[in-house]
Amino acid sequence: MAEIRGESPLAPRAKLLAEASVPDVLELGEIPFLTQVALRLDPEGAEAARVGAALGAPLPLAPGTSVVAGDLLVLWMGPDEWLVMGEQGRAPEVVSALTRSLEGEHGAVVDVSGQRTTLEVAGPRAEEFLNKGCPLDLHPFSFGPGRCAQTLLARTEVALLRRHGTTPVFWVLVRSSFARHLAGWAADAAAEYGARDTLA
Amino acid sequence: MMSIPCPWCGPRDEIEFHYGGQAGVAYPQDPHTLTDEDWAQFLFFRDNPRGAFGERWLHAAGCRRWFSLRRDTVTNRILDRHDTRTVGQ
Amino acid sequence: MNNGYRLRARGRIDRDRPLHFTFDGREYQGYEGDTLASALLANGVHQVATSIKHGRPRGIMAAGAEEPNALVQIDEPFPEPMQTATTVRLTDRLAASGLPGRGRLAAEKDPARYDTMHAHCDVLVVGAGPAGLAAALTAARSGARVIVAETDTEFGGALLGTGEQLDGAPAHAWARQAVAELDEHPEVRKLTGTTVFGHYEDNYLVAVEHRGEDAFTRQRVWRIRAREVVHATGAHERPLIFAGNDRPGILLAGAARTYLHRYGVVPGERAVVFTTNDSAYAAAVDLHDAGVEIATVVDARGSVPPHWESLCAERGITLMPGTAVVTSSGPGRVSQVRVAQWWQEEERPGAEHTRIDCDTLLVSGGWNPAVHLHSQARGALRFSEDLGAFVPDQNPRSVRSAGAAAGVLTTSACLSSGSEAGRKAARACGLETETAELPRAASPPVRPGRTVWLVPSPTDSTGDTQYVDLARDATVADIRRALGAGMESVEHIKRYTTLGTAHDQGKTSGTLASGVITELLGRSTGEIGTTTFRAPYTPVAFAALAGRERGDLYDPVRVTSVHDWHVDQGAPFENVGQWKRPWYYPHGGEDMEAAVLRECRAVREGVGLQDVSTLGKIDVQGPDAAEFLDLVYTNKMSTLKVGRIRYGLMCTADGMVFDDGTVARTGEHRYLVTTTSGGAAGVLQWLEDWLQTEWSHLRVHLTSVTDHWATIALAGPRSREVLSRVAPDMELEQEDFPFMAWRDGTVAGHGARVFRISFSGELAYEISVPWWYGREVWEALVAAGAPLGITPYGTETMHVLRAEKGLPIVGQDTDGTVTPYDLGMGWAVSKKKEDFLGKRSFSRADTARTDRKQLVGLLPADPDLVLAEGAQLVEEAELPEPPVPMLGHVTSSYRSAVLERGFALAMVDAGRDRIGDTVHATYGGRLVAATITDHVFYDKEGARRDG
Repeated sequence: MAEIRGESPLAPRAKLLAEASVPDVLELGEIPFLTQVALRLDPEGAEAARVGAALGAPLPLAPGTSVVAGDLLVLWMGPDEWLVMGEQGRAPEVVSALTRSLEGEHGAVVDVSGQRTTLEVAGPRAEEFLNKGCPLDLHPFSFGPGRCAQTLLARTEVALLRRHGTTPVFWVLVRSSFARHLAGWAADAAAEYGARDTLA
Repeated sequence: MMSIPCPWCGPRDEIEFHYGGQAGVAYPQDPHTLTDEDWAQFLFFRDNPRGAFGERWLHAAGCRRWFSLRRDTVTNRILDRHDTRTVGQ
Repeated sequence: MNNGYRLRARGRIDRDRPLHFTFDGREYQGYEGDTLASALLANGVHQVATSIKHGRPRGIMAAGAEEPNALVQIDEPFPEPMQTATTVRLTDRLAASGLPGRGRLAAEKDPARYDTMHAHCDVLVVGAGPAGLAAALTAARSGARVIVAETDTEFGGALLGTGEQLDGAPAHAWARQAVAELDEHPEVRKLTGTTVFGHYEDNYLVAVEHRGEDAFTRQRVWRIRAREVVHATGAHERPLIFAGNDRPGILLAGAARTYLHRYGVVPGERAVVFTTNDSAYAAAVDLHDAGVEIATVVDARGSVPPHWESLCAERGITLMPGTAVVTSSGPGRVSQVRVAQWWQEEERPGAEHTRIDCDTLLVSGGWNPAVHLHSQARGALRFSEDLGAFVPDQNPRSVRSAGAAAGVLTTSACLSSGSEAGRKAARACGLETETAELPRAASPPVRPGRTVWLVPSPTDSTGDTQYVDLARDATVADIRRALGAGMESVEHIKRYTTLGTAHDQGKTSGTLASGVITELLGRSTGEIGTTTFRAPYTPVAFAALAGRERGDLYDPVRVTSVHDWHVDQGAPFENVGQWKRPWYYPHGGEDMEAAVLRECRAVREGVGLQDVSTLGKIDVQGPDAAEFLDLVYTNKMSTLKVGRIRYGLMCTADGMVFDDGTVARTGEHRYLVTTTSGGAAGVLQWLEDWLQTEWSHLRVHLTSVTDHWATIALAGPRSREVLSRVAPDMELEQEDFPFMAWRDGTVAGHGARVFRISFSGELAYEISVPWWYGREVWEALVAAGAPLGITPYGTETMHVLRAEKGLPIVGQDTDGTVTPYDLGMGWAVSKKKEDFLGKRSFSRADTARTDRKQLVGLLPADPDLVLAEGAQLVEEAELPEPPVPMLGHVTSSYRSAVLERGFALAMVDAGRDRIGDTVHATYGGRLVAATITDHVFYDKEGARRDG
């Protein structure tokens, strides 16, 4: 897989996020360059099954859910829309595999790896931290591991994903152009957990 | 802050939505057969009832689907919800 | 007399933690756990301020948020106006002063932090008195997610302030147990110091939490979505209206009881109690037992309830049934009251009266359930004749009132009503539970009260000193005047008299006002009703409402991948939607005009580059993509060949220009559409709307790729030369790469898509690479172009260059009332297509008018002049008498390097017929002449685009 050598949207804010992090309480950091491919197709068509077979797991059809398909992750984004995520540099391969599985049926496969970057929010206070700017109910009763949602965080459109694991970990997918705003918000909102207040 | 039931994502806060005006105003089959008056009716005239009102919403910050529902304009209570694709028919 | 009115052993204050404070410049001492009001009373201070209109001395009347009088300005630690002494927590070195109704905003910046938290729960319980605690316990035992919000610093409500017993032990002990049990439930969140101030649609409630002066966050606004809500908000005691009912030393009886039990404070040495109901007897008995001399109990009812009669007899308290206090007197604070006989069937009290000396008058006119939140949630009210108060009638969906808020009077009944509400709320969430086992309260039977709205005065027949709303100095006389002016609706009278419009929103006066109106009009109180209850329940600081959304976090800011480079170059930024776009790049001491002229010259003569990443980009795919684009653009996109680009205009159905951009055909069934920077989100929504709701048969998918691509415009006669240096493998010559074509290639080592389009009229390219290579490719172009003097240019230069070419900007030269024909862009409107959005409207009479405003050029007679954008255009050189016909207005105006003069675009009535005419534009205070020209000023034949 090709390594991306450019500058990720939050690279200039890496220090800010590291300084805002409080070990074992709330940790913030960018996961740059993740492969992201937008997939649109008819969930009831044969192509949906073919794509599922190619991915190694059926497309998640329930709103707000995700599935792990090998080393890829598929997020439900809409009734005929998914986001296929993976390690950096895999977009060309994923795009061609998905396009192949469509076999000419109507659908869309678009590399959008640069459209959003990923902010990881981890730690026991992650849920509370996100709720400072996100109106969604993030309690594990209603937003457990593997759940995803498109919503607003700090008045910015984001996709949220709760990762599987023993401690709370969320991925916040944010548009590249909004990422710095979100990082600035995050550092400010995290200030109460022990790091110094970044807004004097 | 109303809680609006997106047919796909479930109830979400009003701020995630974009308002789309009255539901059930279909684009005319052939606009060019309409009189100016009828065309103006389509363009500019909408109901403004006190009480139940069928209207369109877009889950803009969510799944980006348009849908319609009926809302009581006095209480803001949402009375029922229609399927996405029957809007405007 | 330091703490002279403080008892040795009572109350929930910490006597080991004395606090020093100043009030009106004098030093006092209180204790941890005090409010400013309790600490002042402990020091014998009753008068806090003078009243807003009449300048009368006013004291502390209540013990909570319903306080109408005791307004203070906090001076230290931080200036805050309009606080009620009854809700200010005492802190060490607090400095405050009394306010006659109006406060002063701080001049300095508030250093405290305010923030927001969103929360969800199954059951929200508002209020943690007996009803609220019982509701919370019951709901918690069902496993429900519960939030309990209580204004006070600790849970317990009336259980802390009445000295009652539960199961033979002090009631506060049970409250402590209940809190301990709530702590055991992991899904229960307890919020103290938290006032729920708004109840909105679908059980969205907003609360403000006072976290303390030393907390990291001083106040936090909670935005709570609850499936079920229990309002256990208690009740407010109602004062009584008589002549001079506003003096310091006149307190609500329940408040005096709270000061005694909660703070160990007595309000005076000799008190008269004036009541219409049972509850004030407890105050009389408790205060007597605490050492206060009770001069007498004046009861407007004809007989005294036996239970209280015997308790009073044991203590030697004299009782005066069938009487009323008709007036108070005193130098400031009350020193004497007059009591007259007033049997229930008599219209007014007798003329004879008894004078009784006292330093305190405790009043109770009954209890008003705190129905504010219930009413905000659109719950109905009815007037209960039994209680003489408005009580919740029909509950809104998923909302219940419990305890005193529901008109329940005794502690036992409050506990069971709360528990029942908690059980029903849990059940509504699908959770079953038993009602909690409840402690037994020794609540005496309650006898009906007498509903008294107004004690007619023997001396003050107009009611000038009979105060209804003390906060607004609104009197019975004011209500009489409103009625005399013909008003009957309580809403009108409120606005006429300002009743209920102060900081307390009429908590003590609202029902009284309805009652007085009832009495004066001879109607029923239920018929008169109440004014509308609106949020906020108590005043909330704007700082708290703003939270962190201030300064840099006020609104999201979008930046491109090249942003830091622009910053390093010292470019000022222009806001375009939420984007920050470099405006121009000043060199040395250049001002904007000099910088822009230099940048324009560079593009026209050499080469420049601009960051255009902000343009919206939408990937359009599907077998019906061509058909779809034909419907939404005015021109034809289906005939576009793969590899080619076409400019497109979008109109709304009314025929008005909505957005513009380019359309590139990237495949047989695939296009890339660009939109204006500000219009991207709106265009995508618009396209999805048509696809999803009208033309759902079309097989098309739209995907936003705006942020995926960094896009750089390279413009100028030498742009090809620069590009060739960084894209050696690309065929860039005219025959290989013509105008309005696109090619994939490698630019500065990265895969790129290059468009040959131009917004300046010069030879130009737009180069797109994935976001993360944007900065690198930008710098490679800057380096490669350096020998040719490549010049970065900002939005201002871009605007000038396109205006020289007569190209309009949607949203600047258009305003939603402009058709493509008005812009002179009929060439972009297909005549062949059967239909597209907007087409039908072009033949509407109004759209087809020939005298519509049309886009034209304007050349000021004085070539050095740059007209003001927005300037109105008129015919005459001298303004005639109004009305002056307006011909149009300037939409864009700049100084042009290549034209060596000022020039403008304007929308002018029948403008194209006026070419060559002279019109006059407003400029400062005068009119200046300008000639109407064609809107294309430069390179009309388009000779420059191929370099």
